[in-house]
Amino acid sequence: MNQDLTLCEDPEGLDDPDGPDAGGYLGRRDGRHGRDVIVTSTSSDSHTWNLVFLQLVLEELGYRVTNLGACTPDDLIVTACLELRPVLVVVSTVNGHGHHDGPRVIRAIRGRSELATLPVVIGGKLDLAGGLDGSVPAALLEAGFDGVFQDGVALTEFCSFVGSLPTAGRRAVETVGV
Amino acid sequence: MPSWSFGDSITRLAADGGVVVQPRMGMSQPDRMRAGLAAVQSAGAVTAGTITVDSYTRVGDHASARAALDGGGSLNGFPIVAHGPAVTRSVVDGIAGPDFPVQVRHGSADPRHVIAAALASGLDATEGGPVSYCLPYSRAPLALATHHWAQACESFAAARTAEFEPHLETFGGCMLGQLCPPALLVALSVLEGLFFRQHGLRSVSFSYAQQTHPEQDAEAALALSRLVAELLPDVQSHLVVYTYMGVFPKSESGALQLIADSALLAVRTGAARLIVKTTAEAFRIPTIEENVTALEYAASAAADVRPLPPPDDTGLYAQARSIVDAVCELSTDIGLALVAGFARGYLDVPYCLHPDNAGRTRGVVDASGRLLWQRIGSLPIGDSADLVTGRQLRSAELLDALSYIERTYDRLELAQ
Repeated sequence: MNQDLTLCEDPEGLDDPDGPDAGGYLGRRDGRHGRDVIVTSTSSDSHTWNLVFLQLVLEELGYRVTNLGACTPDDLIVTACLELRPVLVVVSTVNGHGHHDGPRVIRAIRGRSELATLPVVIGGKLDLAGGLDGSVPAALLEAGFDGVFQDGVALTEFCSFVGSLPTAGRRAVETVGV
Repeated sequence: MPSWSFGDSITRLAADGGVVVQPRMGMSQPDRMRAGLAAVQSAGAVTAGTITVDSYTRVGDHASARAALDGGGSLNGFPIVAHGPAVTRSVVDGIAGPDFPVQVRHGSADPRHVIAAALASGLDATEGGPVSYCLPYSRAPLALATHHWAQACESFAAARTAEFEPHLETFGGCMLGQLCPPALLVALSVLEGLFFRQHGLRSVSFSYAQQTHPEQDAEAALALSRLVAELLPDVQSHLVVYTYMGVFPKSESGALQLIADSALLAVRTGAARLIVKTTAEAFRIPTIEENVTALEYAASAAADVRPLPPPDDTGLYAQARSIVDAVCELSTDIGLALVAGFARGYLDVPYCLHPDNAGRTRGVVDASGRLLWQRIGSLPIGDSADLVTGRQLRSAELLDALSYIERTYDRLELAQ
């Protein structure tokens, strides 16, 4: 995950007055921004270093991040999506239960018609087989995620995906090979 | 006959045989749990045993733990509530005793059920705290966690008899595992001990987790002992050191050196107990055998420690004391003081995402390996903390800091 971070750097993300210095690590944002991204864990996962790291990566790409933190219940994620209307939701989980929690989360999100086309991706350690279970990404895509980034996938691939979002507006659209 | 009490046993064993080493260990099946405890007991070291509960039990979902047991599934720890006291007694019967004290470890923001199960099983020692088991691992409001912890402490303390002395260990000295500067770890460990005492505990151990710099760690652990002596002289206490809890070296020699350095820290600072990690830490949950090997290695490293001069005073004691005093001035009720302390930012854990944490502080590792403040937010240490200046933290720098120990100790292997 820590390979070739330089490709993710974006000078536009520097010294953002709305960056982490403004509101703490846990985003507390008012109003819509047009570049809002939600970073979240899943209900069963208490890890947070991955969330802190991804918040910084996304801020460096010029986004404003609301970080929902650890052990996020599905309804909290859905509520946050409805309130904030982000351009992207990043679900990051490293406890090996992502293959189980992920489909449930994405069904809850897609269950709201307003969120039917919201880009939502999932990544991390998604199974207990160290990513060797090749059926997991396909199952998660089938369940409704727009991208799946298993542990070991270069961060550049994730950044490419983010850069391909219509709202990014400054990166060529690239196909994500998952 | 020597006392059965955990606090008495650790103090006596450490006085007789040096620092007591203890693993983290929890198996879902009673026979495996018993085998694990027996292996630790018969290791070639002075040891204490651990029963770590599973993550369903941690969050109070005992039905899921029961269902997993009934379905033959494996859990990541011992479901002490689902098994019930008869099974737990059968696990420790004939093993736990004055020469092999056993502690229940759980990670729960609401420990009432775990503490009740431990008491019903005849076990007198557990650990955690209203801050250290709420902020990092739970979404529970801090006010609710302090309420539940107060209730749990009081029911635990009420079980005291002439032969049975309930013992709690603070986990506050281990917050988030890494990148929390030592003065705040020390302050949180002391504050959780004050909270335990206020709710009836008379036997408390105080944790400090190895961070990134041996001299700084020694200064911090000694500051913790000094604060405990000053503020809790009426409590039976000991210091417990944890081997580094962040990203672990991948090389065997690097991991062993890190474990040996944690043993050195424990001996140098007079700790009675050392929670030991293993060389498998970077990859997976260790086996029983790997745990025993690590315990024996740590004990032998501790036995080989040569005297070292005391560490320099860089102001850690003064910083920790300032934080503890400022928080205690907010209320005579320590639980209310902790909640108010976080609300005002007198307590503010770097990189902690919990909604009750202000998130305005930042710790960084400097070129020499010391873990220092880059931003202190509203921590009441403005006149004693030297801040590292720097630009806004980038993701690459965060990864660098998180992997500082891994890099440093794995590099030792390359140098050999």
